[in-house]
Amino acid sequence: MNHGKYRLIIPFLAPALLLYAVFVLYPYASAVKNSFYQWRGVSANKTYIGLDNYRRLWDDDNFRIALSHNAQLLIVLPLVTISLAMLFAALFVQGGRGVRGADFYRVVFFFPQVMSVVIVGVLWQYIYHPNSGILNSGLRAIGLASFAKPWLGSAQYALWAVAAVVIWQSVGFYMVLFVAGMQSIPWDFYEAARLDGASRFAQFKDITLPLLWENIRVAIIYIAIAALDLFTIVAVMTEGKPNRASDVVARFMYEQAFTNSMFGYASAIGVVLLILTFCLAILLLILSRRERLEF
Amino acid sequence: MSAEPTIQATADDFEVAEANYRTDKRALFSGENLFGGFSQILLIIWALMVILPFAWMIMTAFKTDPEIIFHPWAWPESFQWNNFSRAWEEARIGSYFKNTLIVVSCSVFLTLLFSSMTAYVLARFDFPGNRWIFYMFMAGLMFPVFLALVPLFFLVRDFNNLFGLTNNLPALILVYVAYSLPFSVFFLTSFFKSLPSELAEAAIVDGASHYRTFFGVMLPLARPGLLAIGIFNVLGQWNQFILPLVLNPNPDTYLLTQGLAFLAIQQGYQNDYSALFAALVITMIPILVVYILFQRKLEAGLTAGALKG
Repeated sequence: MNHGKYRLIIPFLAPALLLYAVFVLYPYASAVKNSFYQWRGVSANKTYIGLDNYRRLWDDDNFRIALSHNAQLLIVLPLVTISLAMLFAALFVQGGRGVRGADFYRVVFFFPQVMSVVIVGVLWQYIYHPNSGILNSGLRAIGLASFAKPWLGSAQYALWAVAAVVIWQSVGFYMVLFVAGMQSIPWDFYEAARLDGASRFAQFKDITLPLLWENIRVAIIYIAIAALDLFTIVAVMTEGKPNRASDVVARFMYEQAFTNSMFGYASAIGVVLLILTFCLAILLLILSRRERLEF
Repeated sequence: MSAEPTIQATADDFEVAEANYRTDKRALFSGENLFGGFSQILLIIWALMVILPFAWMIMTAFKTDPEIIFHPWAWPESFQWNNFSRAWEEARIGSYFKNTLIVVSCSVFLTLLFSSMTAYVLARFDFPGNRWIFYMFMAGLMFPVFLALVPLFFLVRDFNNLFGLTNNLPALILVYVAYSLPFSVFFLTSFFKSLPSELAEAAIVDGASHYRTFFGVMLPLARPGLLAIGIFNVLGQWNQFILPLVLNPNPDTYLLTQGLAFLAIQQGYQNDYSALFAALVITMIPILVVYILFQRKLEAGLTAGALKG
C-alpha cells in the first residue's frame, strides 16, 4: 500500500492546500495585521498606528450600540429557538409513537432553513410592510389595528422584528436535531417512569433533558455563534436602520470598510468580533460540559 | 352445554367492551388523545406560519402592482405571467440566474474533486503532518467569513490584475471552493474512513496505480457521501450572499442573491413590486426542487454535521 505513496499524496493535497492557504489562511492573517494600520485602501498611505484602532473602537458609540444588540440577541435567540424547537420535537415524537402527519411536519418545518437568507429577508420585509404587508393588514382585518406597527421602521421594534425572522427560519433545523436525539432514547425509560407515577414534566426533566444534553449543547453553541454574526439578514432587511436601532457588529464593520473605506478600522472590528466569538464558544463548551450519559 | 359458554363469552365481551370504553374515555378526557389533539393544533399552527409566507409570495408574484399595494390578502384577479418575463428580462434575473448557475456548477465540481482527493489522502495514508493538515482545515470551520472580507477584496483585485481578468467570476469560484473545503474535507474524511479497505488493497495488488484505485474504485464507492456533500454545497453556494456582495461589485456579473437585494433596494424608486416577487419565486424554485428531491439526505447531512462538528 505504501509503494510510491508520496507520488499520490503530494498532488492530491496540493490544490486544496493552495486554495485554502491563499484564500482563507492568508486573508485572516492579513486582517489581523491590517488592524494595526491606518489604511484607506491605497497601499502607499498605509501607516502603522499600533493599537489606535482598538482604542478608537472602545470609544465608538455606534460600535457599542451594535455590540449591545448582538449581546441581547445572544440571550434571546438561543432561549426562544431552543424552547420552541424542544416543544415541537416533544410534540412530534410523542413518546416514541410519532404524531400523525409526522413526515409532512418534518418537511415543512425544515424548509426555511435551506432557503436563502436573502429571499427570506426580502420576503419578510414585505410581510412587515406598514400598509401593504400581510401582517398589518391582517391585524387590521381582524380588528386588532392597535397591534399594527411600522415594524422595521420603528426604533422600538426593528431589531426584534428581525430576530423573529431568524427564529422562524431556524426552529425547524433544531427541531430535527432534537427529534433525532429523542428517538434514540429507549421507550422503556418512559414506560418505567410512568409506572412509578412520574408526570409528563418530570419525565421530560429527568429523562429527556439529560439524555438530550449533547444535542442541546450543540444547539446553544451554534445559535450563539450565529447571534454574533447576522450580517446578511440585517443587511437585507434594515441595513441597521432606523438610526442604528437594528445594527449589528458585522454590518457595522461592513459599513466602515466598504462605505467609509476605513479598512484598518474595519479589520480591528473584525478581530474583536473574532476574539469574542472564540471566547464565547470556549466558555459555552466549558459551562455546558456534563458527564456524558451512555445508554 | 353449548349455551353456557356462549353466554359466558358475551359477558366477557361485555366486560372487555366496557373496560375499553372506560379506558377510551379516560384517554379521551385526561390523557393521550387530548395531548395528541393539542400537539396537532400547535404543529399545524407552526406549519401554517411556515407555509403562509411562501404561499403569499407565490400568489403575490401573479398580481398587478395596485393589487399588491391595496389588496395584500386578495387572490389575483387574473394571473400576470408577464411579471415573470419582466423579472427575467428587464430586471435581469435571467442573466443573474445564468451567472449563478455557472459559478455554482463550477465551484461545486471543484469542491467535490479537491475535497475528495484531500479527504482520501487524509483518511487512508499515514504521513508526517497528516493530523496537522486535518486540524488546519477544521480551524476554517470556526472562523467567521466577515473577518477575511477586507483582505479578500484586495486579493481578488490583485488576482484579476495578475491574470488580466476583467470578469470577477473565476476568482469568485476559487473563493467559493476555498471556503467550502473545511466542511467538505471533514465530512468526506470520515466517509472514506468508513469504507472497507479490502477493495482498494485488492486493486493495488492487481497492479492498479494509486490514481486508478482512487478514480476507478474509491470514488464510485464514495458516491453516497459525494452526493450528500454535493447537495449541501449546491444549496450553500446558491444562497451565498456576503462573498459575491464584496468580491463581485460589477452589476453585469451579479449573482441571484445580489440581484434580489439590489432589486429590493431599487424597489423604493421604481415601485415594480410584482417583478420583485416574481424574481423571488424564480430564485426559490431551484432550492425547492433540490429540497424536495433530496430532503432526507440533506436533513441527515446537516444534522450529522452539527453533531460531529
